[in-house]
Amino acid sequence: MGSKPAIRVQSVIPLGDTAVLVNFSDHLDPDINAGIQRLADAICLRNLPWIRDVVPAIASLAVHIDINLTDESDTLDMVRMLVDACLGDKARPSRALRPPIVVPVCYDSGFGMDLQDIGERTGLDADEVVRRHLASDFRVLMVGFVPGHPYLGGLDPTLAVPRRSAPRLRMPPGTVAIANVQCVVYPYEIPGGWSVVGRTPLRLFDAARARPSLFEPADTVRFERIERLQFDRIAQREGTA
Amino acid sequence: MSASVASRQAPQVSVERAGIQTSIQDGGRFGYQHLGVVPSGAMDMESMLLANALVGNTPDEATLEMALQGPTLRFACEALIALAGASFGIRATHGQSVALLLPNRPILLAAGTQVSFGHAPDGARAYLAVAGGFDVPSILGSRCTYIPAGFGGHNGRALKKGDALALPSQASTLARARFNTLQKKNVGVVCHGSAATTVRWSVRTRSLPEDEVTVVRFINGHHRPLFTAQALHAFEFSTYRISADSNRMGYRLIGPRLERADSRDILSEPTNLGTVQVPADGAPIVLMADHQTTGGYAKIAEIASADIPRLAQLQPGQEVRFAPCSLAQALALARAARNALASKTDVLSWQYQA
Repeated sequence: MGSKPAIRVQSVIPLGDTAVLVNFSDHLDPDINAGIQRLADAICLRNLPWIRDVVPAIASLAVHIDINLTDESDTLDMVRMLVDACLGDKARPSRALRPPIVVPVCYDSGFGMDLQDIGERTGLDADEVVRRHLASDFRVLMVGFVPGHPYLGGLDPTLAVPRRSAPRLRMPPGTVAIANVQCVVYPYEIPGGWSVVGRTPLRLFDAARARPSLFEPADTVRFERIERLQFDRIAQREGTA
Repeated sequence: MSASVASRQAPQVSVERAGIQTSIQDGGRFGYQHLGVVPSGAMDMESMLLANALVGNTPDEATLEMALQGPTLRFACEALIALAGASFGIRATHGQSVALLLPNRPILLAAGTQVSFGHAPDGARAYLAVAGGFDVPSILGSRCTYIPAGFGGHNGRALKKGDALALPSQASTLARARFNTLQKKNVGVVCHGSAATTVRWSVRTRSLPEDEVTVVRFINGHHRPLFTAQALHAFEFSTYRISADSNRMGYRLIGPRLERADSRDILSEPTNLGTVQVPADGAPIVLMADHQTTGGYAKIAEIASADIPRLAQLQPGQEVRFAPCSLAQALALARAARNALASKTDVLSWQYQA
């Protein structure tokens, strides 16, 4: 396994008076991102009553605080000390690695509306775009914006295209889209400026499930090609049709 | 759901008119922001907590949040209710008897009473609490409605005409017992025909707009260095107006556009209730209860948590100004607000001690 690279605190700043933002980098670095996720786990494992939420993001982490319980204290200092303690703890337990999340995607032209366009921008044909998307090893960098919305890192860099200049106002739930070296899957109908490669019939977030979110930070993710018939069958089962 | 048998027997509140946006809200849903689930909950937490205290509830019971134009409800059983926050008109009808009631006080409603909530001359939101709380399932630790993702509260959405809300089976027993306690401590209650009985006092929140222009305090946002000096000056010294397309997710502000000196892309990072973010068009947005958990827009300011209830009470078209404060000052304001509210809820809990 080798030793895990250390991450270093860049700044600790107030996110209002009820949260503290800890920055580790100003760019996406997969090692730093993984370190932030391990740190978030370590903070959560301490079960501190004054912490309401720990949100690991791409290169930063937020600690949301119940200020009813910290009254007179310097919350910035409390978080700084907590982060230092967790980062310094060599015996820090790490979360068991979960098996990869396998996500069925239908790349039919009705769903993968930008495959042709991505092909033209990258000099590949649409089939090759799909093949390289399927061959990419993705990792969940962050879940955010809306419930269950993953930001996946690890896209084959030959597929990197910038965001579209004009965002589309309504992207259907399950839409799989790429921009730069990231990939997203939209859990709800939301506006999106990323280039669409396909659609999954899976329900990404369901508050009634034991695990409400299909994707959690640090999960590894693989896409699997399905045909339209399979898509419809799974959509029926998932209630997303 | 296994609750269906119980809910058939439970006393109900039927929705005869929905109002503009009426939804079940409580203190919020915590512990899931790493999965993109925002806490939601009452926009004006102070008024929600006061509404619960006014009927003798614990602080975490589910209430109804109404906005701008309230609903019309019919209570099948006797119920103890209170409305706190903006002063929506309250009209109770029971047979031939019609009564105009006041907010901010406990009201014992007779079984079968129809209660119509009008609009508010001041403020944008009010909270209706009922003794025992509205009986909706707790989802991920809270009963609040998260409308954008469609879960929590009543079927994950704002109320519609024809909906039936369940009250706990002991709601009318609770109502009678609690009102009896009030009656013993208060010499003389007021009967409003056959529809309602109330006490003679009221306890108000302090979140309603008092001055011509509401001033809310802010801590510097950490992207301030990316803005022009003019933008920083404009934010602090101009008056902004709440846009008509403001909602529970965010308040859009109309006023001077805030230009960036440095337009570099920002990595998506966590946001908070009260974060003031500025998209590329320069029009600031204050993130409110149902905000996105992360975002890539520049943060120019963070509203002090103590001032969120006052901001939440502003109607579209009303004006707001922003005044800087330090983190220590914001924490002191929050403490003062908490103490002020506690002094009211302590008195109310004494009223309900048998």
